[in-house]
Amino acid sequence: MSVFSFTISRTCPGVSQKIARPSLKLLTGDGLPATDRRKCCLQSSSTTPRRLFSSPPHNPKVPQVPTWEPVPEDQLPPPTQVPADLVDKLERLALVDFRTKQGLDCLEKAIRFADQLHVVDTTEVEPMDSVLEDRALYLRNDAVMEGDCAEKLLQLSKNTVEEYFVAPPGNIPLPKREERTAILKHSEF
Amino acid sequence: MSVDALEEDQKSVNLPTGYWTYTVDNLKWKKQLTAVPEPVDLLSYSLSLSLMCLSSPQQLVGVVGLEVHAQINSNTKLFSSSPARFSAPPNSLVSFFDASLPGTLPVLNKQCVEAAVMTGLALNCTINKKSLFDRKHYFYADLPAGYQITQQRRPIAVDGVLSYSLLGGKTRNQVIRKRVHIKQIQLEQDSGKSLHDDARSQTLIDLNRAGVGLMELVMEPDMSCGEEAAAAVRELQLILQALGTCQGNMSEGQLRVDANVSVHRPGEPLGVRTEVKNINSARYLARAIDYEIQRQIEVLQNGGTVHNETRAYDSKSGETIPMRDKEGLQDYRFMPEPNLPPLIVYEDDASLPTGIDACQTVVVQKIKEALPELPGVKRDRLVQTYGILPEHSFTLLNEDGLVEYFEALLKATKKEPRKVIGWVTNDLLGHLKRHDMSVSQSPISAAALAELLELQEAGRISSSVAKQVFQDMWRSPGKTAPQIIQEQDLGLVSDAEHLCSACRASLQVHAIKNGNTKVLNKLMGLVKKATKGRADPVMVRAILQEKISR
Repeated sequence: MSVFSFTISRTCPGVSQKIARPSLKLLTGDGLPATDRRKCCLQSSSTTPRRLFSSPPHNPKVPQVPTWEPVPEDQLPPPTQVPADLVDKLERLALVDFRTKQGLDCLEKAIRFADQLHVVDTTEVEPMDSVLEDRALYLRNDAVMEGDCAEKLLQLSKNTVEEYFVAPPGNIPLPKREERTAILKHSEF
Repeated sequence: MSVDALEEDQKSVNLPTGYWTYTVDNLKWKKQLTAVPEPVDLLSYSLSLSLMCLSSPQQLVGVVGLEVHAQINSNTKLFSSSPARFSAPPNSLVSFFDASLPGTLPVLNKQCVEAAVMTGLALNCTINKKSLFDRKHYFYADLPAGYQITQQRRPIAVDGVLSYSLLGGKTRNQVIRKRVHIKQIQLEQDSGKSLHDDARSQTLIDLNRAGVGLMELVMEPDMSCGEEAAAAVRELQLILQALGTCQGNMSEGQLRVDANVSVHRPGEPLGVRTEVKNINSARYLARAIDYEIQRQIEVLQNGGTVHNETRAYDSKSGETIPMRDKEGLQDYRFMPEPNLPPLIVYEDDASLPTGIDACQTVVVQKIKEALPELPGVKRDRLVQTYGILPEHSFTLLNEDGLVEYFEALLKATKKEPRKVIGWVTNDLLGHLKRHDMSVSQSPISAAALAELLELQEAGRISSSVAKQVFQDMWRSPGKTAPQIIQEQDLGLVSDAEHLCSACRASLQVHAIKNGNTKVLNKLMGLVKKATKGRADPVMVRAILQEKISR
């Protein structure tokens, strides 16, 4: 499983492809504090200018192959139970239905998986927003290069009227809690 | 499908232009303001209006903060190179990125960054050398990505001041200077537009506006009534237009204002606020805020509580009404935008890192040097240079191109500025307003008007004839003042014989007693009539006096 070793490819001009961060201590087990790793990756990027889209030289602290090491249950916080009200709220925010037993199980498993992050010691580590945060942000000239492709875009839509996309009316009220419970019961298998 | 069936959403209501007139003529505005269609309690409405701007310690007073969205005046959108333009066929200004097709990435428009920095500088902001982009999530069909890219944690400009002025006092000619603090200016994407077709229960989506660059300006709650808020927005609009960073046309949605309104007793903590949306003109802004303050005062006085809610202004009824909103606090799930590294701007050329591409840099110092004369400075200059009244400087600034017209006029005439200003703010502007025209459309050029004023100054025509000639010049564009004067024989008559006979004639018409000087003015009027207003009043007076006393 290679959840934590990622590849980033960008087609955006000016931002070079660069995998700067080693994976988390939990997974690599290389014993180096996270701050040291960060320092070395910042140094490498500021001292060695690299051509666009070139591959960075291999950092020996980054394993060549993804590794996986499960964290024992007793090191994790107690499992999160997702109450029905929170499911309601999540559904509202995401406009995604998962009000089945299966959906709830899946959500709780996902939270359990993420619980492993609690094991990582992040004291005195400045959080990063992105692996590209030390790169220069490319600035584009204000010249029209795109647009005028309504036909192409409208073809992608299931439903159009004249040159408009058609969407369902906004703010559809979600089912009340009783209705939700009924649906949940129904879905049990 | 019929367009009538469609109802534009709150972000895209079109209104006729010309509602800015209230600062030009505050009395007129006040008239409009108090002429609320509902006869219910006009008295208490205007009473409350006068109370709002005066704060007495026991009275509940309004507290107003504004959030202004200004569309950046650029050729292309904030993160894509499709055109940013008003009124085009639906979905014709949309790139793959704007439609949020998978695999597309944002590429920041340098022009938008410069516009935000320039606006920040004009509003005395601190420019953050490093600013960050964030995603703000909400689900709506006109936001295809499901999130808006904005600057929540670290915006491009913070901590500024907007100085604005109100005309106050009994005769509305006293200039009251005020300040409102600008909390921040952030770059963000505009959304698309939704057209709701209730009959067919569907929403039509036009993404032309989706991704256009916006500057969101957040103002601190430093204002106390609708009039102050409207004046602040008007000043902001003039500044943006002077900078050219936003066209500032409210009817086309280039400038959109939401108001946060609460009431409290001075010295006490701020009350619960409501957010008033759907305001499409400065006049409505003032009305909506004053209505909302009054509503909240009444709620509290009747023992009720004000709820933190979003309310929409209904311009037809003049009321604010609660918007059907999601219950509970909206959770925008802000997160750092992973596709955009931090935005860096540089103080001056010396602070540029070596080897950096010049066309990739935004340098604050350079933008500072390119700042044009701002409206406040221009007003002070006009008052000082030409000795005109402050309220005249407001009138001149309020009309696009009028300052330039006035200054061109002054260059071409020897007439005193204080005498010229009336011609510009009364005669010219009056005619323009009556015909709903802009200064650039005026049939009388500054040079042509100067020629007329010169003739009057030289004593060739009387002031009443000058006004008459002005009317004729307006009606027949291209005709010069001398032409009209010659054609209609309007030149000032200073021929003694001619005037003598006119006077004699009037004496015959009006039998008078010897030495009765009271009738002199009446006689002068008759002479004026007989000579079609062309008689030199000084000579006529002398001749009549001579004849009467004889």
